[in-house]
Amino acid sequence: MREFVDGATAIARGAIDAGCTFFAGYPITPATPILLHMVRELPKVGGVAIQAEDEMASIGFCIGAAMAGAKVMTATSGPGLSLYSENIGLGIMGEVPMVIVDCQRMGPATGGATTGAQGDVQFIRWGTSGGYPIIALCPTNGPECYSLTIRAFNLAERFRTPVFLVTSKEMVTARTTVEISAYEPVEVVERKVAAEEVEFIPYGFDRLSDVPAMSPFGGSHIVRFTTSSHDERGYMTKDPAKVDRLNRHLAAKIEEHLDEIALVKADMQKGARVLMVSYGITARSMLEAVQVARREGVKVSALTVYSLWPVPEKEIAAALKGIEKVVVPELNLGQYRREIERVAAGWAGPHGPAVVGVNRVDGELISPAEILEGGGIL
Amino acid sequence: MSAAYAQTYLDETTLPYPFCSGCGHGPILNKLNEALLKLGLDPKKVVIVTDIGCVGLSDKYFVTNAFHGPHGRSVTYASGMKLANPELKVIVLMGDGGCGIGGHHLVNAARRNMGVTVLVFNNLNFGMTGGEHSVTTPYGSTTATTPRGNLERPLDICSTVAVNGASFVARATSFDKELTDWMAEAIATEGFSLLDIWELCTAYYVPNNKFSKTKLMATLQSLNLETGVLHREERKEYSRAYRQAHRDQVGLPILTRQGLEAKYTSKVKAKTHILLAGAAGQKIRSTATTFGRGALLCGLWATQRDDYPVTIMSGHSVSEIIISPEEIHYTGIPQPDMVVVLSQEGLNMVRSQISKLGPDDLLYINSSLLPVETEAKTFALDFGRLSRADFRKAGGRVTRKKIAVMAMASFLEHTGLYPLEAFKESIRIGLRPAIAQENLEAVAASEGLISEVM
Repeated sequence: MREFVDGATAIARGAIDAGCTFFAGYPITPATPILLHMVRELPKVGGVAIQAEDEMASIGFCIGAAMAGAKVMTATSGPGLSLYSENIGLGIMGEVPMVIVDCQRMGPATGGATTGAQGDVQFIRWGTSGGYPIIALCPTNGPECYSLTIRAFNLAERFRTPVFLVTSKEMVTARTTVEISAYEPVEVVERKVAAEEVEFIPYGFDRLSDVPAMSPFGGSHIVRFTTSSHDERGYMTKDPAKVDRLNRHLAAKIEEHLDEIALVKADMQKGARVLMVSYGITARSMLEAVQVARREGVKVSALTVYSLWPVPEKEIAAALKGIEKVVVPELNLGQYRREIERVAAGWAGPHGPAVVGVNRVDGELISPAEILEGGGIL
Repeated sequence: MSAAYAQTYLDETTLPYPFCSGCGHGPILNKLNEALLKLGLDPKKVVIVTDIGCVGLSDKYFVTNAFHGPHGRSVTYASGMKLANPELKVIVLMGDGGCGIGGHHLVNAARRNMGVTVLVFNNLNFGMTGGEHSVTTPYGSTTATTPRGNLERPLDICSTVAVNGASFVARATSFDKELTDWMAEAIATEGFSLLDIWELCTAYYVPNNKFSKTKLMATLQSLNLETGVLHREERKEYSRAYRQAHRDQVGLPILTRQGLEAKYTSKVKAKTHILLAGAAGQKIRSTATTFGRGALLCGLWATQRDDYPVTIMSGHSVSEIIISPEEIHYTGIPQPDMVVVLSQEGLNMVRSQISKLGPDDLLYINSSLLPVETEAKTFALDFGRLSRADFRKAGGRVTRKKIAVMAMASFLEHTGLYPLEAFKESIRIGLRPAIAQENLEAVAASEGLISEVM
């Protein structure tokens, strides 16, 4: 049994199966299909989906709802993500679990509303002040839109932090054929909620890498939330020791649990000297490029990166063994290539593999032939 | 009065307040405590949401829940909490600065009648950042950013939210005896309530403008701004209205998966790239979906990418369809094998691909767009040739909405890519019954549409 389905549908199903009960969004091409699905579907599980007055309100509503106990999601595109920036920082600082879907379109600025791109990859990473780790997952097909949406919710709850689902116009709106059996069931992680009888310390953690339990507004405890530098009880503080501890905690809770986040698919061929690395919609072209190259008798390996952030350095380094050239196709001018270069240099020093980009920023997809030609593979 | 939850809602361990001598914030917070005592609310069900500015320090002094966030957005967080849990009493404490940067949220919360209470600590300037002017700074006032006198007219916050649908609106000064009662009424209000509380900023506005309580009263009078309850309106509170409106949706099936069995067979042996190019309003995209779903019914794999401008009912609409006996990863079509063109807008978009078609490729084009330069084997779609009877069969006339489905039915029969029966079944299972019926009539009327162009 197969279905003819777009990514927006798979994402909405994933959200609802993950237990999402709150969605707020503002219409923006190409993210609107997700808003429309959620407006229609969430009331069926007793949830709330609302079109906010702007993007700042969309994510603001989500933050308020998350702190009142809901699993929340919002979806936007580059120009809307720009307006989310302030509240992404709030989500990191206040430790708010939420899922943010970015449906990338051509930028900068209003760019091309109906034109696909992968130009937000570094923006997602560095899109708010202060500079702390963020988590971003990037599906390449319909079943992954479903399963990675659930994983995004799981990671958001596990680490009390905003998690990005990085998609694109193509991923969200194009229809593809999906085997129903290809939808991978994902176990849902529920929010860690403080027991009623314990004294609730909203930002209490023993080890820096621990994630504090939550308690919803209106629940069993008095809850203090703040986006200013705070102590474990949620009171503003300038005490250097407390501020230091908080900031190191925000980093450590993610960076010390990379194994729980890292997700790649390695298709290694014995004796291959060339490795292709890609993500999202472009990874689909890479898949065909691999088939063509091997059919032609050229040995190639391929690495699909699903967890774009934090960069799965260990997994990338493992794939680089024996590799002389890395080809990174992406729909931007080399945003993720920087990361691959960094990992390659760190792993092998100056004698590491050459890293070559294949890039398009004209709204068209990169074809398998362009990867093979641009990467000097065929 | 409800059961008393607390003797005081102030947290004795965090007092005293940190505000300047003579500042109105402390007295207002004392009144808020009195109002909460009067209402006897469960502190666990109350959230005090503070905005930025000196008022942003206030939540610390209460034993209720607290949320402190960035400038102007407090109403959005409060709204989100209320939407998720209508049982909460959410009280926003914001300054006149917050009403400027977050004015849009204020107006929209009022318009929705979102059940939150906003207490504006209106001291006519930015106290925390150094006495800059705000949206409520009176005309002519001296502030750090209006050294020659403020040239902007002050915002009437109360009228703004009242005219946009707030349930309860009042204006007061920090000196008013009635402030406690007005606050209690605001908090008890189901819908959106706002209390604009004028007060003195002794750090900046008072010294910069030789301001005083007397002058504050005189300013209110000169601006024709009354104090007291200004507006009461009975309207449904949003978070409850939403639940009521969607009550009958609970439990309905959610985005069910429409698994398709391969019931038909196809002669397609290789990846086949098809462009369907037309104009907005011609149902290009939905017809492409019907076509793709038909391919699935024949055991094929299909993909569909759409290209269209930001306009809806004008401009081009082009769908790129790939059908293949094997799974398709790359969904792009650098060069198509078959092109179907229905309108000038579509032709303009695919002209360069048409010019690159070879003698083995196929072009089906609305006869009104001929001649066209191409090496492809070309066939005309002659919608004008259909008889009156055919038109009737197609539901009266060949409308914009039907030519795509007629074209693709003809295209299928002509190319034999897969059986027309599968296309018809795709129409039946994918479209609403009335629309499906119209489309099936259009398919029936499409016979004889194609003629070879020499």
